[in-house]
Amino acid sequence: MIEGVSAPRADDVLSRGLSVRALRNGHAGPFAFDVPAGACLVITGMSGAGKSVLLRMMADLDPHQGDVALDGRFCSGMPAHRWRRQVVYLPAEPGWWSDSVLDHMPDDALTRDLMAKAGLRGGVLNDPVHRLSTGERQRLALVRGLRLAPRALLMDEPCSALDGGTTLMVEAMMREAMAGGTAIVLVSHDAAQATRMADLRRELAQGHFVGAES
Amino acid sequence: MTPILLDTGDMILAGGLIVGCVALSLVLSLGIHRTLIVAGIRMAVQLVLTGSVLLFVFGRSSVWLTLLVLAFMFSAATFEVGSRQVTRLTPVWHFGIGGFSTATGTVIVVLVGLLTALQPHPWYQARTAIPMTGLLLGNVMNATSLSMNTLLSMVARERAAIEARLILGATRAEAMNGLIRQAIRTALIPTLNQMAAAGVITLPGIMTGQILAGMNPLDASKYQIVLMSLIVSGNMIGATMSAVLTSARLSDARGRLRLDHLAR
Repeated sequence: MIEGVSAPRADDVLSRGLSVRALRNGHAGPFAFDVPAGACLVITGMSGAGKSVLLRMMADLDPHQGDVALDGRFCSGMPAHRWRRQVVYLPAEPGWWSDSVLDHMPDDALTRDLMAKAGLRGGVLNDPVHRLSTGERQRLALVRGLRLAPRALLMDEPCSALDGGTTLMVEAMMREAMAGGTAIVLVSHDAAQATRMADLRRELAQGHFVGAES
Repeated sequence: MTPILLDTGDMILAGGLIVGCVALSLVLSLGIHRTLIVAGIRMAVQLVLTGSVLLFVFGRSSVWLTLLVLAFMFSAATFEVGSRQVTRLTPVWHFGIGGFSTATGTVIVVLVGLLTALQPHPWYQARTAIPMTGLLLGNVMNATSLSMNTLLSMVARERAAIEARLILGATRAEAMNGLIRQAIRTALIPTLNQMAAAGVITLPGIMTGQILAGMNPLDASKYQIVLMSLIVSGNMIGATMSAVLTSARLSDARGRLRLDHLAR
C-alpha cells in the first residue's frame, strides 16, 4: 500500500474481475470502479482527460496511490511483472524493441491463429517493423498481448488506424477474450464502437469520471 | 638510466612552436589563435603547477598529504565525469553515480597495482601512488562517462521499446539488460582500440615516456602491459557500475520506467 490512503479491504472487491480502489496520482483520480470478468467497460472523454493516465496506473506503469485488484488479489501484493502479465496494457502507439517482428512473438500456431482472426497476412511476420502500416502494427501488438492470455486487457484506442471491416474483426477477438473471462477496459473515441462493445460506460473529463454510471 | 633533462632553451623552443601555430592560424584565417594562446598558457601553467605540487608532496612522503592530493583528484574527476552528458539525471544522482563508479573502478585497480605488480615501499608512496592513480582515474573517468552518456540517451529515446517489454511482463532487468550491455560495450571501444593499436600504430604514452627517460624498451613494454591491463579492468568496472546504477535509478522497485528521474 501507498502512504496516506487506508488500505482497500479484500472483502469489497470482485472475486472475478477488476476492482479499482482510490486510484489516483497528480494528474487524475481518485477512481473507484469494478469491471466483472468477461465484461467491457468503455471509457470516453476528450484528449487529455486522463484516459491513458488511468490505464497506465491500472497497469502499475506510473507511480500512484490506491490499488487495483484482479480476481480478489491486489496489485501491490504481487511482483509488478506478474501483475502486468495478467493485466496487459495496449497503448495507442505500441512500442517495438527491435525491427524484426519475430523478435516480439514466435511463428507458431497460436500467433498464426490470432493473426488470421485479426485479418493480418502471414507475411508481416517476416517484414521489418518499420515497413508495416500503423494498422498492421496495432493489430500485431494486440496479437502479442493476447498471446499471454491476459485476465484483463487495458486497450487505448485499439482500432484508431483500422477500417470498418477490420475494426469488427478486432472486436470479435475482444468478445472471444471476454467469453473466456477476460475483463476489458476500452478507451475509444468511436461512438459506434462504444455502443457495440460496452457493458459499462463512463465518461472522463479533467481527470474525473463525470455523469452517472451506466 | 640517466634521463635526458630539458633546459630553458628547449622550453623556449616549445613555446616557439605554439607561436608558430598561432601565426599559421592568423595567416590561414583559421580563427583559433586566441584559443591556442589560452590553451597553451593554461597547459604550461597547469603542468608546472602540478610538477611543483608533486615535487613538494614527494619530498614530504606524508600519507595525509598524499590522501589530500588524491581527494582533490577524485573530486575533479567526479565533476568531469558528469559534465558532458546531454540527457542527465538530477544533479545529486548524476554526479553521485558518476563519481562513485569512477572512484570504485579506480580504487580497485590502483590497489591491485600497488599491492601486487609495483609494490613500492611503503605501498602508499606518493611517487608511485599519485601518478598511477592519475593515469587510471583519467581512463576510468572516460569509460564511466561514456557508459552513462550512452545509457541515458538510449533510455530516453527508447522509452516506448522499454515499456513495451514491461507491459508484457518483463522485469526491469529484462527490459533494460540489452541497453546496459550496449552502454558498456560503447564505453570500452576506445580502450579496445587503444589495446589493439598499442605498439603497432602508436607507442603508448607511458612507454614513450619511460624510453625517453632512459628505461630499457623491453622493461618499458612490460610496464605498459601491466598498466594497460589495469586500465581495461578499471574501465570495465566503472562502465558496468555506472550503467547498472543509472538504469536502477531510471526504474523503481515496481519495475516502472521512471524518466521523471531525469533532469529537465
